[in-house]
Amino acid sequence: MTTTAIQTPPTAFTTLALDNWKLAIAGGLGVSISACLAMPATSSFWVVAVMMALVAVTFVVNAFRRHYYGGLLVSPAIAVLFVMNIFPLLWSLGLSFFSYQSNQQAIRFVGLANYSKLLTDDLKAPELWANLTNTAMFTVLTVSVQMVIGFLLAVLFAKQFPLRRYLLILVLTPMMLSVVAVGVFFSYYYDPTFGVISQIIKAWTGEQFILFSSKAGAVAGIVFADAWMWSPFVMLLVLAGLVSVPTYLYEAAAIDRVGSWRRFWTITFPYIRGLLMLALLFRTIEAFKMADLIILLTKGGNDTMTISYHVIRIANEQNKTSEGAALSYLLLFVVIVLTNLYLYIANRRSQGN
Amino acid sequence: MATSMTIWEKLGFRKASRVGEAGWGHTLWAALVSFIYFLPVLIIVITSFKVQNEALSVPAKFFPTSFFGLIPEQYVFTPTLENFTSVFSRAFTTGGAVENTGFDRYFFNSMFIAGTSVLLALVIGTLAAYGFSRYPLKGNDTYLFIILTTRMLPAIVVIIPIILMFRIVGLSGSYPGIIFLYTAFNLPFTIWMMKSFFDELSLDVEDAARIDGSSELRVFFKVCLPQVVAGLAATFVFGLILTWNEFLFALLLTGSDTRTVPVAMNQAVAGGGIGVLWGLLAAIETLFLIPVFLVTFFLQNHLLRGVTFGTVKR
Repeated sequence: MTTTAIQTPPTAFTTLALDNWKLAIAGGLGVSISACLAMPATSSFWVVAVMMALVAVTFVVNAFRRHYYGGLLVSPAIAVLFVMNIFPLLWSLGLSFFSYQSNQQAIRFVGLANYSKLLTDDLKAPELWANLTNTAMFTVLTVSVQMVIGFLLAVLFAKQFPLRRYLLILVLTPMMLSVVAVGVFFSYYYDPTFGVISQIIKAWTGEQFILFSSKAGAVAGIVFADAWMWSPFVMLLVLAGLVSVPTYLYEAAAIDRVGSWRRFWTITFPYIRGLLMLALLFRTIEAFKMADLIILLTKGGNDTMTISYHVIRIANEQNKTSEGAALSYLLLFVVIVLTNLYLYIANRRSQGN
Repeated sequence: MATSMTIWEKLGFRKASRVGEAGWGHTLWAALVSFIYFLPVLIIVITSFKVQNEALSVPAKFFPTSFFGLIPEQYVFTPTLENFTSVFSRAFTTGGAVENTGFDRYFFNSMFIAGTSVLLALVIGTLAAYGFSRYPLKGNDTYLFIILTTRMLPAIVVIIPIILMFRIVGLSGSYPGIIFLYTAFNLPFTIWMMKSFFDELSLDVEDAARIDGSSELRVFFKVCLPQVVAGLAATFVFGLILTWNEFLFALLLTGSDTRTVPVAMNQAVAGGGIGVLWGLLAAIETLFLIPVFLVTFFLQNHLLRGVTFGTVKR
């Protein structure tokens, strides 16, 4: 497929050449570490940056000389992701082993103390556990509601019918709203005095309806707003699967008089299974991170605190940067374990069939 | 059928004749469901035409006209465009001078930042996706999984180091900083989506072009890219929707000159309850919705085809 180039032999480790990336990494690491130890943070940052640029240049030159087009093509993306995602991640991993507050200058190495404090402290551990169970509850509730509503909407729009284009865009609109507006306007709809829902119930029972007066109500309100906003996403993915089913399969099924239930499981479902799994994966990841709606609707009151909001509170409002970093690594660990478990099950399923 | 289409049939007014098609009865159902689903948005749009005390009135006023006396007077409000003008300039204190709110700037910022970063991510991501698809590296899948992982993290994990980093480099509160960050934010999704598109293309066409003497560049631009236009459109729309409404990064990393609309909106609502200027907020959101709504509407067909093409195995 690719043009086979004449292989240039790799440069020896000790030669000082622009494509000797191994030497560049080794030298860059050495210089960076000594700069970090010897110089103040601001100037050592630049030294590290220059060293990383040097390593990047050697990689590109190496790829170019040896015709690694794959490497050349992906290198801009990898570079951007490295600078903006992976490097900050490693930095905050490092930060989680220190005692550091962003409003103070002092920084002190404490090892695993941040983690052990979060997991064993008499006050913090139960709070963490409560937030985790809340997050799990929110995730399960909102994702399952989204999957069901999204699926039903997709089924409704799967057929060709007049004005479909115009109705579909109406259903897609919630996804395009800003989460700030959704949060604030749902608190407007839920408001006991002038909110729509309370007014309707008042016309029925004669009493004001305070949705956020109980935990169940608060959870229902948050889940409703979140599911309303993101069901169109699930719908779009499922709909894409549904319209991709070739019509001749349905025509053949109609001739054979296959029942609708069996038609769904044998013809439709195989086409949407992958997309359903994808929607489930993306929505679960997002729901696990849910914080903004809760900040806007209940501010964590009524025991609706989630783990992600907890991290924001510790790291941003209380300025306990390193404790926040430690907590978010615990969270990341949970997410990665769950994702791997999910991908493992999904793979086994698809291999089994 | 396609040969003798009247204008009515082109508009969708045709009988259900084939499997997978439905008639006006189905439209009625879909219209009902869509209307209920759209209702919260509709209330926002309606509220944008109300003055403050009408927005807070009990019972709620839903109708801009009484439809010739059909609707009782207590449910009718008088529509006003005041909110839309006061989005851009208004008096901040009662009786004070009318000042510019800076929202024209914020709207420009949102468009410029979201547009640039999504396009940038599309260019870089498409190149990378082509690389991952056509010239697999050693450990290709591992790279792809790591790229996906960066999207799984809670934003707050990376935000603190990025704030510190931007402060040192002097990028905080500038356009390049936030655009660069949003590019990274959009890249994983772009790469995953575009890779699945390139994977679906038939290699025979490309090889034929190569045998005819096309260079690698020519194969990419003249053979591969034209086949994935739907995918580019779909990826663009998804990226635009996510970036357009992104709040947390924008809150922490934009300065007063580069502030985007969601952040400014959040400041406009500070207070909560009766303190919120509901009509004004609704007007901001309505104006803010229009661009992304139009883009989605015009790329809608690509969107459906795009997602299908990319992710369903054939």
